[in-house]
Amino acid sequence: MSDNILEVKNLKLYYETRKGIVKAVDNVSFTLKRGETLAIVGESGCGKSSMAKAIIRLLPRNVHTYSGEVFFDGKDIMKYDDNRFRREVRWRKISMVFQGAQNSLNPVLKVGFQIAEPLMIHEGLKKEEAIKRAREALKLVGIHEAFIDRYPFELSGGMKQRVVIAMALVTRPEILILDEPTSALDVITQANIMNLLKRLKKEFNFTYIFITHDIALSSELADKVAVMYAGEIVELASAEVFYGEPNHPYSRKLMASVPTLRTDKKLEFIPGAPPSLINPPPGCRFAPRCPFAMDKCKEEPPVYNLDEGHFVKCWLFEEKR
Amino acid sequence: MSEDNVLLKVVKLRKWFEMRKGLFGEVMYLKAVDGVTFDLNKGEAISLVGESGSGKTTLGKTILRLREPTDGKIIFKGKDITHLPNDKLFWYRREASLIQQDPFGALPAHFTISKIIEEPLIIHKMGDKEERRERVYKALEEVRLTPVEDFASKYPHMLSGGQMQRVAIARALVLRPSLVIADEPVSMLDASVRIEILTLLRELQDRLKISFIYITHDLATTRYFSEWIFIMYAGHIVERGLTKEILRNPLHPYTKALLSAIPDPDPENRKKFRDVPPGEPPSLINPPPGCRFAPRCPFAMDKCKEEPPEIEVSPKHFVKCWLYA
Repeated sequence: MSDNILEVKNLKLYYETRKGIVKAVDNVSFTLKRGETLAIVGESGCGKSSMAKAIIRLLPRNVHTYSGEVFFDGKDIMKYDDNRFRREVRWRKISMVFQGAQNSLNPVLKVGFQIAEPLMIHEGLKKEEAIKRAREALKLVGIHEAFIDRYPFELSGGMKQRVVIAMALVTRPEILILDEPTSALDVITQANIMNLLKRLKKEFNFTYIFITHDIALSSELADKVAVMYAGEIVELASAEVFYGEPNHPYSRKLMASVPTLRTDKKLEFIPGAPPSLINPPPGCRFAPRCPFAMDKCKEEPPVYNLDEGHFVKCWLFEEKR
Repeated sequence: MSEDNVLLKVVKLRKWFEMRKGLFGEVMYLKAVDGVTFDLNKGEAISLVGESGSGKTTLGKTILRLREPTDGKIIFKGKDITHLPNDKLFWYRREASLIQQDPFGALPAHFTISKIIEEPLIIHKMGDKEERRERVYKALEEVRLTPVEDFASKYPHMLSGGQMQRVAIARALVLRPSLVIADEPVSMLDASVRIEILTLLRELQDRLKISFIYITHDLATTRYFSEWIFIMYAGHIVERGLTKEILRNPLHPYTKALLSAIPDPDPENRKKFRDVPPGEPPSLINPPPGCRFAPRCPFAMDKCKEEPPEIEVSPKHFVKCWLYA
């Protein structure tokens, strides 16, 4: 299907540690249309960032299992060997803005060179040409091109974040993975960066995968939302459904814990803590904290397709099918 | 409001840090807190909201006398403590305590939980060993680290972030202070744990009648946890008033910008752009005179080159802006 730019099927990423096997991403599936934004939300340690790393194949050394299918434009890129993946996919088709990346800019290199570097590496451009493209990328993210010769310490936090976004865009990828792109920024700067991402999406029809723990912020970009819990997607829904009335008990609890400025509601929190990803309990992983838990939850719940593009992994929806 | 209900009075408080370029270079001042005035009543909570670098942490630490004030007055329970020497501040240290942002750094790694909470009691020579143990257990119960016997003998690294922050809270409250300053107490924690910890803090504050200054950059949580909101920008409090009033009727252009920058979960958000001012807060080193928000303010006028007065627009709602003069 050419309509879907990305199809992920049964993706697994397990790590091997001294304490056992960590099931960071466990059987995750979703599809994404061109120009759509998928927000991935969940608590820290639920596997959000691991999922991103699995898609763009930036893996640590202690990988135990890395399997499943990832179709980009209909081609299964999981079948590519590392060399081909690096040459054809990573940064050229799918690029990423890493969490806290604004603080990992190289302090002794001019920002222009740092933006141009992926072009020299991935597209084999000469330095002058690459710098020219870097200049365009800077303008695109709203920084005056004179900044091309500045060093990172001369830039504010918000500008550094824009530089990092320019780095991810300069190779003209089609999918951009944003891992907590504003987590260290102040709210007004954050709103400015969100405006920038919205503008880029409108102009270039980018496909975003937006990873965040901030539910309110996720609604700034998301067309659909995947809720992750303990390595699994427990609900996948359109923005309208998720921010209106999500279905999975965990999604509901998560929404109830979001403080709001404009509406009065009682704030709730979810007692307990997520399970360890080393030997997670069989059955539903949220059951120990779930107010609706029943006997059946000891078995693994199937994924129910409630509506077009709306999936819930929970036994409660068994009879509603 | 009667004067004896006031716990803390801060008058035109300044904290300037001296900076010098080279050994004989010109002296410059980083004006982190520049003329802050307010009262805090017994048993009430203030949220001090501002971006990073706005001076909110410095204000908190100066009130606690962990920083030497440059100018102005701090009056606590009717006593002027602004320049009291350290050896006369012992009672104040018992009355006013701090909860820090980072529980991982705030707890000594080689102490057991019970030792961490007991230490303030030892320093302030309170009770014998048996009494102290009782108070430690009670403090652990208050922050719901139960069964207390289990937690008492653990070390910080054995706890989760939320549990560590509970220990820090227990330590801050064990001396029964009348003022607690909590500096971003939940910003290092996960979203759902945040609400849990803030709910606990609010409960304890209500029950023990403690006055609270809650320093945060997260405006969305303030409405649930404090009576008052103070908005700080570049060393000034630009607006202060009742939480409900500020959220319903923000007056200062900066407060308005701040509020409009914060999303509520809503699928409509993705379809529109947010109306926020460009730019960044000014440098606090020799800042220009006048309103410090003026360079980013859509309503800036000539007059803004002079420092605006603090105007009481409606009862107890103060704004530092020429628009309301």
